[in-house]
Amino acid sequence: MLAKRIIPCLDVKDGQTVKGTNFVGLRSAGDPVELAAAYSREGADELVLLDITASHEGRRTFTEVVSRVAEQVNIPFTVGGGISTLADVERLLAAGADKVSVNSAALRRPELIDEITRHFGSQVCVVAIDAKLSEQADAQQWFCYLNGGRIPTEHSLFDWAHEAQERGAGEILFTSMNHDGVKHGFANEALRQLSDSLTIPIIASGGAGCREHFRDVFKLGHADAALAASVFHFGEIPVPDLKDYLAAEGIAVRK
Amino acid sequence: MVAIVDYNAGNIFSVVHALRRLGVEPMLTDNPAELRRASHVIFPGQGEARQAMTYLREHQLDEVICSLTQPLLGICIGQQLLCRHSEEGDVDCLGIFPTDVKRFVPQRHEDKVPHMGWNNTTLAASAQRHQLVAEDYYYFVHSYYVPVCEYTTGITDYIVPFSASLHRDNFYTTQFHPEKSGAAGEQLLRRFLAL
Repeated sequence: MLAKRIIPCLDVKDGQTVKGTNFVGLRSAGDPVELAAAYSREGADELVLLDITASHEGRRTFTEVVSRVAEQVNIPFTVGGGISTLADVERLLAAGADKVSVNSAALRRPELIDEITRHFGSQVCVVAIDAKLSEQADAQQWFCYLNGGRIPTEHSLFDWAHEAQERGAGEILFTSMNHDGVKHGFANEALRQLSDSLTIPIIASGGAGCREHFRDVFKLGHADAALAASVFHFGEIPVPDLKDYLAAEGIAVRK
Repeated sequence: MVAIVDYNAGNIFSVVHALRRLGVEPMLTDNPAELRRASHVIFPGQGEARQAMTYLREHQLDEVICSLTQPLLGICIGQQLLCRHSEEGDVDCLGIFPTDVKRFVPQRHEDKVPHMGWNNTTLAASAQRHQLVAEDYYYFVHSYYVPVCEYTTGITDYIVPFSASLHRDNFYTTQFHPEKSGAAGEQLLRRFLAL
C-alpha cells in the first residue's frame, strides 16, 4: 500500500537552517546538510529545502547546499524559494534536486508550470500555495498570497490549485497561513476539499504541533503527505516515534 | 568497472551519487566497447519511452544492451525499455522480457497517476533463483507499469499488482528507484554490485 509521506522542511538562509514562526522571528537550527542526512537516517520519506535568501550571493550558497545534500542523502528531495525561470529549475536539478517547488512566480506567470513540466516532466514540478482564510461579510474564502505570505491576491486557493493541476503540476504543497507556526493542527477541512477534488497528491503544511495532528491530516484532511519543520528540528516529535504512532493508528507508513 | 549507460535520459546523477556513497566511482558512457568491458552495467532513466528508444537505436545501443552478458540493472524506464513493447508512445522496445508495458488506469478517485511515493514490495513465488529485491518499502515514480509475468521477482500493488522487479539471466530490473530508496535501496545496489 502506498505510504503516507512525512516530510521535514528545512528553511535555508546563507547556508544555515532557520525556522520562522508565523513567517517572522527566525531561530537557527543548524547545518542543512547534516540535518538532511540525519532525517534520511531517521526514516523521513522526503525532504524539502527552501531558500529564503534574497541575495544573489545567497543563491550561489544555496546551490552548493543542494549539491552537498544530493551527495549525502538517499531519499528524494524538493527545493524551492525564489524559483522564477526555467534556468533556475535547470540549475537546481543539475545540482541534484529531484523536484522543484514554485510559488509566487507561478502565481504571477502560470505558464512557468507548463514550461517546467514540458522540459522536465510533471513529477519534477511541485506548486506551493500559501493561502489564508478570510472572513468577508458572511462568506469565508481562502485567498492565495505572494512573497512568503506578504502580499495578498484575489486568487482563490481552489481555483488556483485546479489551474496548476491542469497546467501539469505533479503535486500541490498547500500551506495554511492561519495555521502555520501556531501548532494547533493542519487546515484539515480545506485540505480534504483539495484532496477530494484534485487528482494529484496534496502535501499539507502549517500547523503541526503533536502526533495527533499528523493522524488527523491523513484521516480527516485526506492529505498524501505532511510537511513540518520546527517539531522535527527541535526534536519535539522524533520521526521514528511519529511513524510508530501512525502505524498503530492504522495509517500506512514506511518503517 | 561499473558503467552507467549514458543515453540522455534525464537526471542520472542520483545514481552516480548513490554508487559513490558505496565507494564505487562509475563510468558514464554510451561507447559499446566500454559497456562490453564493464563488470556491471546500470541502465537508468527517466523520460519517455519512444524518445528513449529512438536515441538507443540511433546510437546502436539497443543491440549492445541486448548482447551484454555481465550483470545489468535496469531502473524505472530502464525496466520498461527491456520489455517487448510500451504503450507510452506505442513503441517496440528491447524485448529481453516478453511482456508489454501498460499505462495505469485509475479505478477510484484515490488512484492518482503517476504512482508516486513509497510502496511495499512482496516477493513473487518464483523469486527464489537470484534475489536482489527484499520485502521492503521502495520509492516509485511512474505512470506505466510492467504486468506480473514469469520473470517477476517482486510485486507491488497499486491499482493492480505489477512487477516491482524482474530477473532473467544477467538482466535485473526495478521499477522503483533504488538510488532514492534509503537503506533498502542501498542494500539492493550492494547486492547487485556483489553479483
